[in-house]
Amino acid sequence: MRKNGSSASPHTVTLAMRWSNFQRRYAPYIFISPFFILFLIFGLYPTLFSLYMSFQSWTPTDGWGRWKFVGLENYTFTLTDPMFWRAMWNTVWLGIFSGLPQHLIAIPLAFVIHMVLGRFKTLATAVYFLPYITSSVAIALIFNTLFATNNGVINLVIAQLNTWPVLGWFLPDENINWFLNSTIKYGIAMVVVWQFTGWNTLLYLSAIQAIPKDLYEAAAVDGANRYQQFRYITLPMLRPMMFFAVSLTIIGNMQLFEQPFVLLNGGTSAATQGGQTAAMYMYRTAFEWLEMGTAASIAWVLFIFIGILTYLNNLIFGRTARGEV
Amino acid sequence: MKRVIPLLLLVLAGLGLAQKTTLTVAVFPNLDDALKVLIPAFNKKFPNVEVKLVVQQYGDHHNALTTALATGQGLPDVAAIEVGFIGRFAEGQGFEDLNKAPYNAGQYKRLFTPYTVAQATASDGRFIGMPVDIGPGTFFYRIDVLQKAQVDPKNMTTWPGYIAAGRKIKATTGSFLIADAADVAWINILATAPTNNSPYFDEKGNVVVDSPRFVRAFELAKNIRTAGLDAKIGAWTNEWYDAFKKGTVATQFSGAWLQGHLQNWMAPETKGLWRVQQLPEGMYASWGGSFLGIPSTSKNKAMAWELLKFLTTSKESQIAAFKTIGAFPALLAAQEDPAFEEQVEFLGGQKARVLWRDAARRVKPLKANKYDRIAFEIVSTALSQVLNEGKDIPAALAEAKQLIQRRMR
Repeated sequence: MRKNGSSASPHTVTLAMRWSNFQRRYAPYIFISPFFILFLIFGLYPTLFSLYMSFQSWTPTDGWGRWKFVGLENYTFTLTDPMFWRAMWNTVWLGIFSGLPQHLIAIPLAFVIHMVLGRFKTLATAVYFLPYITSSVAIALIFNTLFATNNGVINLVIAQLNTWPVLGWFLPDENINWFLNSTIKYGIAMVVVWQFTGWNTLLYLSAIQAIPKDLYEAAAVDGANRYQQFRYITLPMLRPMMFFAVSLTIIGNMQLFEQPFVLLNGGTSAATQGGQTAAMYMYRTAFEWLEMGTAASIAWVLFIFIGILTYLNNLIFGRTARGEV
Repeated sequence: MKRVIPLLLLVLAGLGLAQKTTLTVAVFPNLDDALKVLIPAFNKKFPNVEVKLVVQQYGDHHNALTTALATGQGLPDVAAIEVGFIGRFAEGQGFEDLNKAPYNAGQYKRLFTPYTVAQATASDGRFIGMPVDIGPGTFFYRIDVLQKAQVDPKNMTTWPGYIAAGRKIKATTGSFLIADAADVAWINILATAPTNNSPYFDEKGNVVVDSPRFVRAFELAKNIRTAGLDAKIGAWTNEWYDAFKKGTVATQFSGAWLQGHLQNWMAPETKGLWRVQQLPEGMYASWGGSFLGIPSTSKNKAMAWELLKFLTTSKESQIAAFKTIGAFPALLAAQEDPAFEEQVEFLGGQKARVLWRDAARRVKPLKANKYDRIAFEIVSTALSQVLNEGKDIPAALAEAKQLIQRRMR
């Protein structure tokens, strides 16, 4: 079958016609190709290669190709590695204690910004959003100074609050050393909450703005106060956005890297074991101890773990978010 | 014809320029400052070589080098390697073995401070880096604080004496003895390792982190911590610099290079208040040091080797580097320069470099083990558990031993 149409004889097909044909047929593929080329090089290839690498033993300084097949050894090592499980525990702890507060603060905050601030809404959102677009490394460096034991601002504030009645009963009398295995996680959680609450506020604010005004007006006519409007209109209507925002938080927190990495001075801090996350442990396994295969297996164990959590989140939140209940 | 000849010469010169060899040299600060001074002298000897410097920060430089070695792509002709990385790179296969022809570096080894050669030697005997500079370990103390507490630095030449002096300093001046008690444990661990062994493994490769050497090191640190004599300040933090400025910390163990940092930016106003002496109990240790190696992928190995020899075995180059960036030369001959006899004003006119030269020559050569890094990490964790969480020393060390053993596969 001839695709050029049956009337034109081969001799009358001009160059321009061929070009136009070529364009019509292939231009869409060419236009869409940059994404696929970049995805293949920087997305799919490294992913598949890391899967392959997780069954090999390779010290990268030996050079390309000098790896050895070891079967499941990397996985059995990782799954029985106390340092890995400690890092996983840190990750889960940080996931909860730096994840939950973000949402517990962001939802009421978004509601208040929407209801009260009026024309300063944009400015307020921008201010809360600012930490999100600031470099994590710069943030962690500044917090390093704020967390200093003897003259850090955070300890000075705590010491000041300690002189207040009632509050003083709950606060320690001595300066807190924030760089201990037992305390570093609170510090990291503070940084993460501070950095990402603004992002979640923005998400919830956009969802709140999409809630039809007449719902509130109807509720007001029925005598609902601000709190009741929040509890019975805003919260239920926010469910789809909660599902989305919590999914993002889970994925982001399970891969937490920069903040602990900088606060722990790249792993040279005495509190490294108490604060390093699975992603940071993976990085150090690869680049400090040069065990690329083991590091790849950590990546895949972490991937499966994130997959399970996301599935659970979908199970709990997803159906109500889609309005199936 | 008269006009043609100059033209011809010009063309030839142009060809010569075009044939110039380019040597890529990857370094971290502030080795680049030293090289910028030395390259013109090198070009006098080899005018057809253009040396191109690639400068990255310490961490980035070594990460980039690791990745380049992994893929065999984008490696320089000459790479600087810091002592913290030399063992790892030596165990890999990416660098030229300088023992072999055409390098035959064996003939130069006796020119260097002895322990440096061992650092750059792999467990199978390959020698991958020529030492450039070294960091002899030394004992810094604040003379003003010691005088106020009426402590004689001579009494601090044993570890028990050091701790006793610390109690006196704390009681009379309120200053801490040291920033971090863990430093004392590390000096003991590293300086007491038997010659030609790894600090953590014996000659058969068995883990020795539960031996008496480690127990004593941990006990000393713990005594300092429980007596409240350390400020619990990590190195390279703002609190650390602040303690140096205010004299709230009376002593510090470090490489001789710390003097330059103190003088230039950490605490310039404390000029004249610092003194140095050797580490207690005849211990000698090294803090830092740099090497230059030739990656096997280099296409200009002969010229790269000429540059290495010029930078590391020439007395003039080593002295010039010392005068530019204060890097303590690894070359023994360069340490004989009259500049070493000069008084160091920052240290109240002490002839400190003579002391450091002596220390450098007494540091024992250690053998690199491919698991040194992971052993260091695990022992650090054990130390932090002992100091911060009150864990029992034998239990912590036994657990560390087991963790290291599992990692050796």
